[in-house]
Amino acid sequence: MNRRPFDPRLLHRVPAARRDLALLALLGVLAAGLIVAQATALAALLATAFTGRLDRTALTGFVAAVAARSVLVWAQGAVSARVAATVKAALRADLLGAVARHGPGWVAGQRAGQLGTLAGRGLDALDAYFTGYLPQLVLSVTVPVAVLGRVFLADWSSAVIIALTLPLIPIFGALLGWQAQAATERQWRRLSRLGGHFLDMVAGLPTLRAFGRAQAQTDAVRRMADGHRTATMKTLRIAFLSALVLELVATLSVALVAVPVGVRLLGGGLALQTALLVLLLTPEAYLPLRAAGSRFHASMEGLTALDEALTLSASAPAPAGRAGALPDGRGEIRFESVTVAYERTTALREVSLSIRPGERIAIIGPSGAGKSTLLGLLLGFVTPTTGRVTVGGVDLTDADLDGWRRQVAWVPQRAHLFAASLADNIRLGSPDAPPAAVAAAVRDAALDDVVAALPEGLDTLLGERGHGLSSGQRQRVALARAFLRDAPVVLLDEPTARLDAAAEAVVLSATHRLVAGRTALLVAHRPALLEDADRILRVEDGRVTELTPTPAGEAR
Amino acid sequence: MSGPELTVLRLARPYLKRLVGAGLLAAATEFAGLALMATATWLLMTAADRPPLDRLTVAIVAVRALAVSRGVLRYTERLAGHDAVLRLVTDVRTRVFATLAARRGAPPRTGDALSRLVSDVEAVQDLLLRVLVPGAAAGLVSVAAVGLAALISPPAALALAAGLLVAGVALPALATVLTRRAGAEVAPLRGVLAADAVDLTHGAADLAAFGATGTALGAAERRAQRLARLERRLAALGFAVDALGVLVAGLTAGAVVLVALRAGVDGVLVGVLAVGTLAAVEITLALVAAARQWTGLRSGLARVAQLVAAAPDTEQPGAGPAAPSPVGRPTGAGTAVGAAGTGGAAANRGAAGAGGAGLLAGAPDVRFEGVTVRYRAGAPAALDGFDLDLPAGRRVAVVGPSGAGKSTLAAVLTGAVRPDGGRVTLDGRDVSAYSPDELPRAVGGLLAEAYVFHASVRDNLLLGRPDADEDALIAATTAAGLADWVRAQPDGWDTVVGEEGGQLSGGQRQRLALARALLAAPGVLVLDEPTEGLDPVAADEVLASTLAATPAGHSVLLITHRLSGLAGLDEIVVLDAGRVVQRGRHAELVAAPGWYRDQWVLQQAAEHGYLALSG
Repeated sequence: MNRRPFDPRLLHRVPAARRDLALLALLGVLAAGLIVAQATALAALLATAFTGRLDRTALTGFVAAVAARSVLVWAQGAVSARVAATVKAALRADLLGAVARHGPGWVAGQRAGQLGTLAGRGLDALDAYFTGYLPQLVLSVTVPVAVLGRVFLADWSSAVIIALTLPLIPIFGALLGWQAQAATERQWRRLSRLGGHFLDMVAGLPTLRAFGRAQAQTDAVRRMADGHRTATMKTLRIAFLSALVLELVATLSVALVAVPVGVRLLGGGLALQTALLVLLLTPEAYLPLRAAGSRFHASMEGLTALDEALTLSASAPAPAGRAGALPDGRGEIRFESVTVAYERTTALREVSLSIRPGERIAIIGPSGAGKSTLLGLLLGFVTPTTGRVTVGGVDLTDADLDGWRRQVAWVPQRAHLFAASLADNIRLGSPDAPPAAVAAAVRDAALDDVVAALPEGLDTLLGERGHGLSSGQRQRVALARAFLRDAPVVLLDEPTARLDAAAEAVVLSATHRLVAGRTALLVAHRPALLEDADRILRVEDGRVTELTPTPAGEAR
Repeated sequence: MSGPELTVLRLARPYLKRLVGAGLLAAATEFAGLALMATATWLLMTAADRPPLDRLTVAIVAVRALAVSRGVLRYTERLAGHDAVLRLVTDVRTRVFATLAARRGAPPRTGDALSRLVSDVEAVQDLLLRVLVPGAAAGLVSVAAVGLAALISPPAALALAAGLLVAGVALPALATVLTRRAGAEVAPLRGVLAADAVDLTHGAADLAAFGATGTALGAAERRAQRLARLERRLAALGFAVDALGVLVAGLTAGAVVLVALRAGVDGVLVGVLAVGTLAAVEITLALVAAARQWTGLRSGLARVAQLVAAAPDTEQPGAGPAAPSPVGRPTGAGTAVGAAGTGGAAANRGAAGAGGAGLLAGAPDVRFEGVTVRYRAGAPAALDGFDLDLPAGRRVAVVGPSGAGKSTLAAVLTGAVRPDGGRVTLDGRDVSAYSPDELPRAVGGLLAEAYVFHASVRDNLLLGRPDADEDALIAATTAAGLADWVRAQPDGWDTVVGEEGGQLSGGQRQRLALARALLAAPGVLVLDEPTEGLDPVAADEVLASTLAATPAGHSVLLITHRLSGLAGLDEIVVLDAGRVVQRGRHAELVAAPGWYRDQWVLQQAAEHGYLALSG
């Protein structure tokens, strides 16, 4: 894990934040100066008040210093929040852009969840880092320097003591930090396991209930929660103890400064104003170092998110400036000894096949055999490890992919519906499609009864991931997308999986209409889909064989 | 402070002493800091008059004592506060779980709602540690400071009180309003952005295939920028409160000096008042942070309070003999979740008894009489006047397209769903008359959404029957086809599911859940799609061995969409749209025209091809 308090990659990746970060550093210098100014004025004010008089100049100076500090606090907050907002917006765009550049093959599965969380709420953890920790980090450098300088001018011997004791804070901090870190990491696995237990139990409640153990398990939840408490207290004790040691070190250091000052004051060797100044300023030197240390922990989450975001977006390839040849969707599609190897498995081995324009091909085979990879190759989501895929003689690897995809309509197994209106979801591929075309697509996909039942028809907003529609209805939205696309090549991936009998019949008849007159590849999960096929390909264990079509009803 | 906070405080009653102690310690800590600055100033300014040293001795000792005690007090306060609050959180977690467990409805389903539940519980911790304790301490110190100042100079005390009121009341109120408004404005936009992130990642393939990635990315970026603008504007407002805090501290100190000098207060004490004022206002400003924190916690607290308020008031930690609980038994200080190992298993075996009752009692006669279930008023019925007789020992399969009502049938039988019409009886007694502990011993098995816990394989299995011995485990896993996998694991039965080595595939997960159901061996075994996620050959094997492993005399209700391997069953019921459309034995149904025969032919055609080619 990256434990550096500031990630220099940030300056490089978010240039817009550079000026504000510089401003933040400048404000830190000013703040240090004002702390010194305020203490100087207060010392003067009190030294005069000692004699029962009011030093108007000092009072004015004090109030002015306070007012200026107040403005500075505001500026520091506003600027650091601005940095946070800028950085978050830039990293969000970077991350999502990286997803787009990597392509869907890269983002599939678990990574999608991780990225979605990171780009969504994960980056918000940066607020604590930028507004809480970073300004404090700046102050922990500027304030001790300013205090040392001012005390040196007033009374050099005190300054020497401060200079000698000041490093004790980071030294002790580091020593204790290592200790605490080691202890925390020892506890970490245990803590997260215990913490996750509650979540695990709640998630598994229906199962517990099914075995009549829900009530009995309450006791286990209490024991585990208690174990979590004990483990947490163990780590906290170490953390609190190190805070105590740091505080005592600081207190002792202040005492080392204050005692000689007091003695010299008693002996008449020092002016009261100087003594007061030293007394007021000395604790200020130690404070920001400790504060920064204690806030570092709270900003860890943000730093981790930052590190992840920077690493993930940096790994993306440069935007593909593909201006390759444009394949003709009405040409022949050929797979020439294509092998696709993933990290752990080989999805396709030496697959060769050709698909003539207008042919309708059904693909069957057990799950995980490589059927979807076949479609992924045609969509350009997957590139062959060896061999090549050509369309009308153009190799897809260096073709104009956007242009090619415009000639392809794809109905995936589980289409993603976007948090937008139903019409916008259908118009995904052609945002400028006229309403009449959308209406026609809706009719073709047998979606009209669904639209009629929705409160605002096509303008109804769908929730996140298409929430509010059944799987059959969602599948028909995907079909409507494909109809509106009106492309020469159609790819369907188990379009009727997970549908009930009634919905399956509706989607099937829409599918018949869709594949008519087009080149179609259809991954078939159910036998009913085979009826349309000119040829049936069977994929098993990465190899493709051709079956003679058997009309479904006549099979043994 | 109202509703949800009071509920939380009521829960805190057992720890009230500790909490009050922590609050007092916090106040003492802050007060020691204030007194330290004031005494040090007095010491210094008095020393300037060069008095005899003995006049200063008490103050010197006081400064030393205060300096050291401040740190020690803070340490004790933190320990005491966290200890009390963590104990309280333990209670809250237990109560929340008990409430959810007592409910018949489903717990929150989505991962989002689940993790929110966890963070809501943590809101209780923050309420006490970051709002109430520091808030109370700041309040106490303010009052003490004004009182002490009044001893020196009443007019100066008045000025101090005015400053403290602004810092401790006006500014926190302002911060609350601003934070609430900012939250109301930012939250929807953050929600939209989170949805964008989901769309661009989970929908990446759809976007790319339809060439819409650029447009969607552009829209998301614009929204991110809009959020950034809003955040900048709101931060500028929010930090104005902090700026005002600094200003109030300085102005109050200035005013106190002015007033004290006018009132003719001794010079040394003017200094003490000034320095003390700065420290006191600083301490009171902690209320601003507390107010912000509190505003952010309210919605979470309200949700927790709602859950906790509904909780049965029955928990007595450690009272009565603890029920054997395979999942989540901590073994001493060592490992965590249910890594019970042999120790836990031994304890479980020792606690044999209650769990085995279903085994001995034999199977009850089950009857469905005109059962109708409608999930929403006006929606089509999921089950529509369903009748079925399942006398003890009978084996029945329910088949039909997905969405036909098969899983609803299982839910009604296991008491998870109450029928809107008709009734289900076991030995003539209505299912709803059985207690939640009693029913699973008679009826249960592998239900939809079977959950595999993050615990050892053994603990996951023992959930079915806590007193099962090794032989029973082996028998159940063998029937489910998981025995070889378990044997291949270095940790065997103690392999923790979900950790290195314990990563289960979907099929293995299903087999584990199935083995657990077989181990439980209730009189009426319900199997909802027991071979889901297995390939055809494995599915046939597992179904056959499962049926063979079910004791004779036990009834079986098998819910499946695969028609293979049903020939041996006593009856097959075909459901469509909640109604029985066909019933009979496999041989009869295959002979008659209808859904069953069509589906049988289609499935055979598909699988025949599969088998011919794979062989």
